[in-house]
Amino acid sequence: MGDPVEVVGLTVRYGDLVAVDDVSFTAAAGRVTAVLGPNGAGKTSTIEVCEGYRSPSAGVVRVLGLDPAADQRRLSERMGVMLQDGGVYPSARVADTVRQYCALYGRGADPGGLIEAVGLTHRAGSTWRKLSGGEQQRLSLALALAAEPEVAFLDEPTSGVDINGRDAIRGIVAGLRDQGCAVLLATHELDEAERLADWVVIVDHGRVVADGSLSELRRGFDEIRFRSGPDLDVARLAQALGMVASKVGADEYVVDAPPHPRLMAQLSTWLADEGLPLVDLRAGAQRLEDVFRRLTAGAPEREDRA
Amino acid sequence: MSRLGAQLAAELRVTMRNGEQLLLTLGIPVLLLVFFSTVDVLPTGMTHPVDFLAPGVLALAVMSTAMVSLGIGTGFERSYRVLKRLGATPLGRGRLLAAKIAAVVVVELIQFAVLVPVAVALGWRPHRTNWALALAAVVVGTVAFAGLGMLLAGRLRGELNLAAQNGLYLVLLLLGGMVVPWSKLPGALRAVAHLLPSGALSDVLRDALVSGGIRPGASWLVLGGWAVVTPVLAATLFRWE
Repeated sequence: MGDPVEVVGLTVRYGDLVAVDDVSFTAAAGRVTAVLGPNGAGKTSTIEVCEGYRSPSAGVVRVLGLDPAADQRRLSERMGVMLQDGGVYPSARVADTVRQYCALYGRGADPGGLIEAVGLTHRAGSTWRKLSGGEQQRLSLALALAAEPEVAFLDEPTSGVDINGRDAIRGIVAGLRDQGCAVLLATHELDEAERLADWVVIVDHGRVVADGSLSELRRGFDEIRFRSGPDLDVARLAQALGMVASKVGADEYVVDAPPHPRLMAQLSTWLADEGLPLVDLRAGAQRLEDVFRRLTAGAPEREDRA
Repeated sequence: MSRLGAQLAAELRVTMRNGEQLLLTLGIPVLLLVFFSTVDVLPTGMTHPVDFLAPGVLALAVMSTAMVSLGIGTGFERSYRVLKRLGATPLGRGRLLAAKIAAVVVVELIQFAVLVPVAVALGWRPHRTNWALALAAVVVGTVAFAGLGMLLAGRLRGELNLAAQNGLYLVLLLLGGMVVPWSKLPGALRAVAHLLPSGALSDVLRDALVSGGIRPGASWLVLGGWAVVTPVLAATLFRWE
């Protein structure tokens, strides 16, 4: 028995445009997998193939062992879906809509309980158009939960959501995972991927550029990052340390190396000898943001690499 | 609740809670019926204008619900991605369509329950009425107009669909022999009017309600044609997103 979501060599073309280019990954049960990438990276196209909304131009996608496009009806009974936006008629009320979806899925989910779980009890009588962006997202999430899903696809679940709403959504996503659901979410927000996901698939220009657990992804990119004078000569620094060094901002520099104490000592000695300051020193595993920047931007932030 | 029942309830809630929809499906037909029955300005050629107007307004009621109300609602469901979201539930297209048809029938029953007593109160006395034929006309007319409404809804973007449905409604109302008799239209326009679904429906309905269905003929063929062509086109050309 494979993982609930298996994507192999997925390609999606719109005319001449290749939105998704030979993408492969899996999403395991009881795990939150984030497809992370900038806008236009192909995240929504990938998720929509998984949901059965569109067919792959090439490649194979299996969700719960089914072909999503051919078996969307059968799959829909076990799948929770949260679209990027919309999905509910503006004049429809929260309680009515949740009750409707509970009946459509027929899994015996309790509408009142779902509304409470997403923190909308006080808004149960409101129409969709009166809800804030965050409340709309939470209602959409409640509709996904009405499926009592084995696999859930959430497209940008926290976009436009305020801090409190984000906490609520994170809690619900964690709850789904703990019940053994395979959660696949798309996001362009690094913070969200970092807080929500156990596993991250980074995509850019339709291709997977990295795929792994958060700690694995971070480990692959050790660095020493610091700020100093704007005129620091990176070529000489690189020579002195025997490591690749780059200027990444007006006065910010990065040395591609694990944070060994000896190297740190060499760095501070060299700076002291040059009469340069040492500010904001940070060494070790990068934040996901830095990993992401490197992978997706082809390191354009490196203005002066030596 | 069954899936069909849950979807039907949702469809009816959207229709019943929407002020514009109620104005369209009940307000305007009642207003036209009452106004032109009591203010005798229309060249109906009858002693009691209500005898001409009642069948025409019943035909209008069918058109406003089956075409405009269904079409505008479905068009907005498309732009708000309601249909897309429903596509990822076990509802299925068949049950979605069944729920929409059932909602149209429920609204039509409410319309008739209001319009017929109003017409009778205004002095309408249907005689030699062929009720079976009138029912058949309503059913075939509903299919034809629903097909037309869904065809527009399935192709045009939200606001454009809204404008097209309302514009078509007005043209079909004016040329459809519903409140303005065909005899008052200029020749060329009258020839076109005979081919419109609104004209065909009001003609066969008036005939069935007033003349006992003795003169079926061409209008039945026209109405039947629309009822075959528009649903097939709608089903073929409908875009879910």
